[in-house]
Amino acid sequence: MSTIAGPSAPTGADERLMRTSPLRRLLGRPELGSVVGAAAVFIFFSIVADSFLRASSLGTVLYAASTIGIMAAPVALLMIGGEFDLSAGVLVTSSALVSSMFSYQMTANVWVGVFVSLLVTLAIGAFNGFMLTRTKLPSFIITLGTFLMLTGLNLGFTKLISGTVSTKAIGDMEGFDSARKVFASQWTIGGVEFKVTILWWAVLVAIATWILLRTRFGNWIFAVGGEADAARAVGVPVIRTKIGLYLGVAFAAWVSGQHLLFSFDVVQSGEGVGNELIYIIAAVIGGCLITGGYGSAIGSAVGAFIFGMTSKGIVYAEWNPDWFKFFLGAMLLLATLLNAWVRKRAEATK
Amino acid sequence: MGAVLAAVLGASLVGCSSTGGKRAEERAAQAAAEGRSAVNTPRWTFAMVTHSGDGDTFWDIVQRGAEQAAGKDNIKFLYSHNDEAQQQAQLVQAAIDQKVDGLIVTLAKPDAMKDVVAKATKAGIPVITVNSGSAESKQFGALTHIGQDESIAGEAVGDELNARGRKKALCILHEQGNVGHEQRCAGAKKTFDGQMQNLYVEGTNMPDVQASIEAKLQADKNIDAVVTLGAPFADAAVKAKKTAGSKAEIDTFDLNAKVATALQDKALGFAVDQQPYLQGYEAVDLLWLYRFNGNVLGGGRPVLTGPQIITSKDAAELAQYTKRGTR
Repeated sequence: MSTIAGPSAPTGADERLMRTSPLRRLLGRPELGSVVGAAAVFIFFSIVADSFLRASSLGTVLYAASTIGIMAAPVALLMIGGEFDLSAGVLVTSSALVSSMFSYQMTANVWVGVFVSLLVTLAIGAFNGFMLTRTKLPSFIITLGTFLMLTGLNLGFTKLISGTVSTKAIGDMEGFDSARKVFASQWTIGGVEFKVTILWWAVLVAIATWILLRTRFGNWIFAVGGEADAARAVGVPVIRTKIGLYLGVAFAAWVSGQHLLFSFDVVQSGEGVGNELIYIIAAVIGGCLITGGYGSAIGSAVGAFIFGMTSKGIVYAEWNPDWFKFFLGAMLLLATLLNAWVRKRAEATK
Repeated sequence: MGAVLAAVLGASLVGCSSTGGKRAEERAAQAAAEGRSAVNTPRWTFAMVTHSGDGDTFWDIVQRGAEQAAGKDNIKFLYSHNDEAQQQAQLVQAAIDQKVDGLIVTLAKPDAMKDVVAKATKAGIPVITVNSGSAESKQFGALTHIGQDESIAGEAVGDELNARGRKKALCILHEQGNVGHEQRCAGAKKTFDGQMQNLYVEGTNMPDVQASIEAKLQADKNIDAVVTLGAPFADAAVKAKKTAGSKAEIDTFDLNAKVATALQDKALGFAVDQQPYLQGYEAVDLLWLYRFNGNVLGGGRPVLTGPQIITSKDAAELAQYTKRGTR
């Protein structure tokens, strides 16, 4: 004689609607581990490097972090959506090359080149997303193909059009100065130089965070990254979501590419290779899971900041740069372990 | 554990080699300058920021020259490098933040370095450019430039190939995006009477370099000269030539121990050296001279460290220097 226990209704507490304490909510945030890590790295370099704490050094560190962070934010979103983009590094260079060469060859106002570059970059992002959803191949393979193709295109086209491996200077063309203000200017606040990329970075991270936490699209990202088939079954537009994520990466690559072009006026065709991994590292340090479905945009910013502090901190500490990569790898492992540990603790106390 | 240790120690004592090895190196190092400074000027800090990638032989020699000079001149020497223009500019900025007393930079990507070098000169830091950027050095406000004019070096190669009666040559570029490399091949093309083709290879991947050269030599049997732009690539070219069964003569820019022996064995035709040791050594020394005595060398023109054509005749003497990593 067994009675089937119904839901113990009277308390009426659905576990999904349970109030969690603010502290517990904080502990459950994906970026918590990386914030602890960032504080540790900051304190460490403050002790070992005298010049690290100077205000001017802070400007340099923030600039270094912003050039990575601008890309790391959409890459983090993409990883939460369960995909990779290995073409992100060279896409930045492609974007700068298109912009520069189009303006120069057409003798057009520089802004025309900037706009054309946006279209081309977005088209490449759409191509990645489209190929992925159409072929059902893993994104690792698709974007690896795009990465190699772009590397070749960057060099081939530049050689074909400019006759050398770098683009021609466009600094004397119309619109260059205004574009430079937008993409590569700097202000001096209290004797410290802050580059405009820091502002771009902050804005992009804010937008990415808002999308993730406050919009329907954000829920879709978590859903497709967590379990794409289940998401499709409950009516999430998986294809549109994934293409959208690749477009986001392309947009950020366009911003970074324009910054490269307008801060240096000439673009080297062979650059950008290997940076895609740095963006992924920044996202992972910031608490993104490599398997998707978990992570945050703010975490990617913290990851980029850790990266900036380390890469420049080693210089300020006057260490031998031969060890930089070793240090970076060790830090990646430590940060990821810390993330995993914090997450486990947070889940255990739920 | 103890037994193993004893056995190893015993074996190494019994099986001593009276030639070569670590001990010979230590003796040579003792015989060389002991690293005591020879001057009593204050301990200035000089930073060097180059466009080198990781683990590059050439830049290792430049660094060695700079460190040797820094030891003599009582200088605290800092070295950093990155092959991405943006990163290199950031490293220079970091050196400015550190308020160094002198700065040595390479201008392989001059446009990227323009602003940050201007910042250094504005901050009152004397700048010397090395290796690449002879055209921009003065315009950016550097004291002087030390290096080799890549076009002139390339032209010297073309002349040498003519003297050796070559008809069809291949120029192997191992770093895509390096303007100096393009200038070398263009210079060689200019003075060479025969045909000159460029071949791009992935310099960070040696097997790939070898395979690419091999394929090219198999495809075109008329190639009778291959010019590589860096010492490590000469070796790959020699191997590729063997596999492809080609008759081509391999020539190279830059030296290392292997190139020196290969020159002695006639496996290589000639090498064009730009004396990297000098580039590092002189850069530090000239900065020291400028701070100590306001001296500037070169009269507003680049100070050239090359090209120096090295054939089997000179190789014997240079072999001992390449072995200790200073040539």
